Amino acid sequence: MSDVVMKASDLRREYHMGGELVRAVRGVTLEIARGDYVAIVGPSGCGKSTLLNLLGGIDRPTTGSVTIEGSRIDQLSDAAATRFRLHHIGFVFQRFYLMPALTAIENIELPMAEAKIPRDKRVRRGRELLAYVGLEARYGHRPAQLSGGEQQRVAIARALANKPQLLLADEPTGELDAKTGTEMIELLAQVNRDGTTIVVVTHDEDLAGAAHRVVHMRDGVVVDDRRQR
Amino acid sequence: MLLRLAWATLTRHRSRTLLAILGVAVSAAMLLDMVMLSSGMRASFRTLLLSRGFQLRLAPKGTLPFDTDATIPDASGVMRVLRTIPGVTTVSPVLGGQLHIVRGARTIAATALGVDPAVQGDYEITQGRAPASPLELVASDDFLRASGARIGDTLSAASGYDAQLRSFSGQRVLTIVGRAHFLYMPAEQRAVAIPLATLQQMQPGPATQNRDHVSLFMVKAREGEPVDSVLRRIETALPRVSAISTETAMRQVDERLSYFRQLALILGAVSLAVGFLLVTTLVTVSVNERLGEIVVMRAIGVARGRIVLQIVIEGIAIMVSGALGGLGLGLVTARYLNSILASFPGLPAAIDFFLFEPHDAWFALGLLTVAGILAGIYPSWRGASLPIAVTLREEAVG
Ligand SMILES: Nc1ncnc2c1ncn2[C@@H]1O[C@H](COP(=O)(O)OP(=O)(O)OP(=O)(O)O)[C@@H](O)[C@H]1O
Ligand SMILES: [Mg+2]
Repeated sequence: MSDVVMKASDLRREYHMGGELVRAVRGVTLEIARGDYVAIVGPSGCGKSTLLNLLGGIDRPTTGSVTIEGSRIDQLSDAAATRFRLHHIGFVFQRFYLMPALTAIENIELPMAEAKIPRDKRVRRGRELLAYVGLEARYGHRPAQLSGGEQQRVAIARALANKPQLLLADEPTGELDAKTGTEMIELLAQVNRDGTTIVVVTHDEDLAGAAHRVVHMRDGVVVDDRRQR
Repeated sequence: MLLRLAWATLTRHRSRTLLAILGVAVSAAMLLDMVMLSSGMRASFRTLLLSRGFQLRLAPKGTLPFDTDATIPDASGVMRVLRTIPGVTTVSPVLGGQLHIVRGARTIAATALGVDPAVQGDYEITQGRAPASPLELVASDDFLRASGARIGDTLSAASGYDAQLRSFSGQRVLTIVGRAHFLYMPAEQRAVAIPLATLQQMQPGPATQNRDHVSLFMVKAREGEPVDSVLRRIETALPRVSAISTETAMRQVDERLSYFRQLALILGAVSLAVGFLLVTTLVTVSVNERLGEIVVMRAIGVARGRIVLQIVIEGIAIMVSGALGGLGLGLVTARYLNSILASFPGLPAAIDFFLFEPHDAWFALGLLTVAGILAGIYPSWRGASLPIAVTLREEAVG
């Protein structure tokens, strides 16, 4: 695995809180290979989410750089970064964050519509993705009519809609019970086997155990980085 | 997808959306009424002045028609001169006065118009016929109601009445031949119209007195003839009269109505502001409660402009549905207010305070739509510009 999808160099992210300086990420260098499945773990407050946000281009580093598929996303304009995320990065959040007003399939169509994919194609791919995550029968349901696990499956389908190279997930099993959590872990492993590079931040040992590589963080830096399969 | 999302969001909070639409409808109705009010009286005065096709009115020098009791002497002479002026097609003389009608033990006072029934422009016959002989009259609804008289009845009428002596002067026995709607009089006016010569002869005073006078001439200019040049010819030929065109009269009406229009303008602006604030508030509230959604849309790659557009569409949808509702509401309230104001003392019954002109409705609708766009832009832009990561964290906590 030598093909690098993403490269972060000496990433730092500082927050000013009143007069206080919070160093959330203090010098992280990381390379992620195409097709890899990486879990970022560590104690609460060590900077995992902050790092993931920097890697996904929804936050900007104080210093350092993030290169994805050859693009310095930390230097892109807001509009260009948004466009980049649309086509190259899929996000999954702890709290699912589906559009409550839209049905399951419409939620999946949303990023495709933004990418100007014609309606018939969107619907076809939306159905395929719903089948892929095991929810083909629920396409017309709104998030409020779905269980947490089902919502998270729709969120994964949405993240995959535009066939991104990278899937970033922050505590994707955080709000799920053990059983649905296990199903989620299996689904993510399936997504990875089907070719998507995954970086997941988690406290869930089972989820971390399913990854190929585990990055340990403490106090904003990487303290351990090992490959487990 | 954009429209779908806007629609889905609006229908998700159905009662809130309906309330907002209702609020906008009320302020739109108010705005429309004010726009209708600001032009309504003016337009309806104009229609009234031109209703029988007389574009010019001649009053004694220096006065407005019926503003004073002054009259134009030597009416037949003036009439003869008028008929020779090129461009003049019809001349209608009018003399205003009072008549006392004796009904049993009662005496009823009525406003009397002496006219030439063949060319008059003061009333429209609604029942019966026009006076054909010197001792026939037509009367208003209110007169007939007050006197209890009917078409075909004869009445004893006098131009002068001394209450102390109960003595009448200039008395005639007249026959009612028709019921008429008097264009320039308030609805509840007791009015009669009789041939001009009869009213002139009934005027009190010594028998030798010259009674050949009128209050006013109404003049029609030939079609295609510039009214202003006819007016100048009349004033040159008849230096003792003031000729007033519809345009001049309208200017005077405008001056008298300017307070009215200012009031309408201010109240209209207030209702527009209320509608604007209502939608801004609604959009702000809706943006604030959807910050999570908005920021997630940004995270998954939806362009900021598209999010703003979607929220602005929601604002416009509320404004436009509210405005359409307000259109109906405005027309209903305008009709109701009009009926209240119609009894405004001293104004002709035909004057409408509120006049619906489609142009005005579009104007009000357009203003509201622009307000809707503006109301949506700021809150949505602000929402869509929040830093994604920080906002997500705050939303996750909140
Ligand atoms: N917007 C912010 N303003 C100030 N401090 C912040 C902000 N975001 C994060 N931090 C701080 O940065 C540090 C790292 O936060 P981060 O959320 O990345 O931790 P984490 O490893 O994801 O924790 P958890 O496992 O509990 O989710 C924390 O000390 C946090 O208080
Ligand atoms: Mg975290």
